[in-house]
Parts: sequence; C-alpha cells; structure tokens
Amino acid sequence: MLSIARSALRPSIAAAARRFVVPASSLHTLPELPYAYNALEPHISGQIMELHHTKHHQTYVNGLNAAEESYAKALSPKEQIKLQSALKFNGGGHINHSLFWRNLAPTSSGGGHLPPNSSLAKAIQEDFGGLDALKKKMNATTAAIQGSGWGWLGYNSDTKKLEIVTTANQDPLLTHTPIIGIDIWEHAFYLQYKNVKVDYLNEIWSVINFEEANARYEEAIKA
Amino acid sequence: MSFTPGVHTLPDLPYPYDALEPYISRQIMELHHKKHHQTYVNALNSAEQAYAKALTPKERIALQAALKFNGGGHINHSLFWKNLAPSASVQKGNGGALKDGPLKQAIEQNFGSLENLIQQFNATTAGIQGSGWGWLGVNPTTKRLEITTTANQDPLLTHFPIIGVDIWEHAFYLQYLNVKVDYLKAIWSVINFEEAEARFVEATK
Repeated sequence: MLSIARSALRPSIAAAARRFVVPASSLHTLPELPYAYNALEPHISGQIMELHHTKHHQTYVNGLNAAEESYAKALSPKEQIKLQSALKFNGGGHINHSLFWRNLAPTSSGGGHLPPNSSLAKAIQEDFGGLDALKKKMNATTAAIQGSGWGWLGYNSDTKKLEIVTTANQDPLLTHTPIIGIDIWEHAFYLQYKNVKVDYLNEIWSVINFEEANARYEEAIKA
Repeated sequence: MSFTPGVHTLPDLPYPYDALEPYISRQIMELHHKKHHQTYVNALNSAEQAYAKALTPKERIALQAALKFNGGGHINHSLFWKNLAPSASVQKGNGGALKDGPLKQAIEQNFGSLENLIQQFNATTAGIQGSGWGWLGVNPTTKRLEITTTANQDPLLTHFPIIGVDIWEHAFYLQYLNVKVDYLKAIWSVINFEEAEARFVEATK
C-alpha cells in the first residue's frame, strides 16, 4: 500500500518541481532603428550606424540572452554571482543602446531642435542657463571619461533637477532617469572622427531627438 | 637627485609606421602614436606640473585620476611599441618568431605551447568589458608566467610586464572594425618575442 501511495505521489512531486523551474525568459531582440542607417548623416555616418546597430548592439542582445539562459539554470548563489558581470555588461549594453537609438533623430524629423515651449526647454534653462551651456558642460564631462562609457542628461528625482552624469563601460544609468544618452565608446565615432572625439560630441547635438527627450522628462517628473 | 615634473616625451617608434603591415595598418600606427600616445604624454606633463604646485592633500588627491590615467597611458603605450616588431612572416623582421630560450621554455612549462598561450590570452583579452589591456606577466612571488588584464589605462602593477596588447577600440577599429578576435589573432605575427624574452630574463633574475 505504501508503494502505491509513493507512486501516486511521484507524478505530483514532479509537477510541483516543474512549477519551481524558472521559465525561460522571453528572448530579447534587437530593436529596429526608427530611421535609415544613413539618416543621421553627415553628423553620424551610415557606416557607423550600421556596424553599431547590426554588430555591437546585436552582440549585446545575444550575450544577454545567453547569460539569462545560463542564469535560469544556475543552481547556487555562487553560480548566479558568477553570471552577474555578463548580465550587467550585456543587459546594460542592450538598455543603453535601445535608449540611444530613440534619443537620436534625423534633422529632417526634428533632430537637433529643442521645442522652445517644452517642459524640457524650461528645465534646461533653469538648471543650466540654456541649451548651449548644457551642451558645453555635457560634452566636457563626457569627453573626460577615462575609458569607455556614456554621458547622460538625467533627471534626479530627489533634487528635482536635470543633472549631467556618466556611466562606465555598459553600466546602465540607475541613479537618475535617463533623458539623453551619448555613447562615447570609440566604436560610436572612430571610423568618422578618429581620435577627435570633441568633434563627434559637437556634431551629435544636431541629431539629438529632443521630442523623445521631452517625453522622457515629462514622464520622469510625473513619477 | 629629484623627480622633475612634466618633462615626459613621446618615444619614437623603433620602426616606420607601415612596418607592422599587414597585421596592423600604417593608419592605425600613425594615429595611435602621434595622437593617442602624444595626448597621454601632454596630459601627464600637465598633471605632474599641477601636482607639483598642489598645496594640500585634497588637491593632490584630486589630481590622482589624471596622473593614473595619463601616466598609465604613457607607460602602457611605451611598453607596447617595444613589444611589437615587423613580422618575420613577411620577411620584415623577427616579429612573431619565438626562438628557443628561457621564454619559450617558460611558455611551454606554464601553458603547454605557444598556441595554448595565444588561445588563452586572446580569450581573456577579448573578454574585457570595456577598454583595457591584456598582459602576459611574471608573477613576482611564484616567478610563473600568467595572463592578466588591466582596465582602461591602469598600469600593470601586480606582475612584471612581458607582453602587453592594447584592446582599446582605437588600437584596431579602423582595420578590423568590430571583429576584435581577428586583430587578436593577427597581432601575434608582430609580437617582439626578443624584447619579451629580455623582459622575462630581467624579471626572473
């Protein structure tokens, strides 16, 4: 009788065990660019945009999916901790680039144009004294990153101000709500600007999508 | 004898800009040396001069990042130019040729073979998450050859440097684009094993 009870139990234990298995996370995919590869010319070349999107960002997506798959199978804290840097690097790369494509726009669709009556324009005036002052400060801060990384205009929900911050490598921005991100990894500009990153930083403002930035800002101040 | 701040100069390359072709292009060598390395030299000199004028610990500490970044950049690139040489495989020099001797012996002892070293070194260096350097170094305690990495322009302090490979994107992007594994395979044809052996002998004296 015990053996019948035991075999009756086995299928339900198996079923219970299956419920505790972490389901495979939905696979991340490379988001499409909202514009053609050459649409940001002459400010960012089509060659860079294509490599940056189809090679660099795709590699982060693939790396993230592989890391998440391994994480789901990890059986101990030690194994999980070992996977943290792959998750941070590839997850951050995917987050950062996804934000980046959307905060760029062709000049023909408003890239480079800050709508003067937008909440963002008013905040930039208040917190920096105007767009030119913001650009100068953000470019200086971003150019000074010692290695690879990102320059950010972010919203600080504690101070209720726009602030310029940086992240190293592919670290995602966690301390602020991202409003505008600028990739300063060499792959983002080298083919076109070589070592002259200050030229890239000057040019990129002509294709910053201020409408998207304003939408992010309005969302951030609501929260 | 005292330290004179701010008098570092860009060392000349031991070979012409096109000497490492086809493995590393002339265009890259020229930009890398005349622009990137020169910038580290200039900024190191400025940082040292500022440091010499600093009046407080706080001011000195505020300058540490600039000294480390630019000092490290100058050290690393100075080592790099010397551990590269025109390639034997295109009859331009001895680059890529590991002759019998203490270095070859140590490589075989610690890694099994040069091929194994290259495979491990390249995997480790390609795995750097950001900018940095891959190093073959001598562990000062065990005197063994080990593969290690440094981030950004941090100088190698834990080991005696034997071979350094720059994996900042400016080191390869114009020629290899995103395919850094191809750069890492190619560079071994221009590694100056004679210089590496001289460093090894010094490190293991």
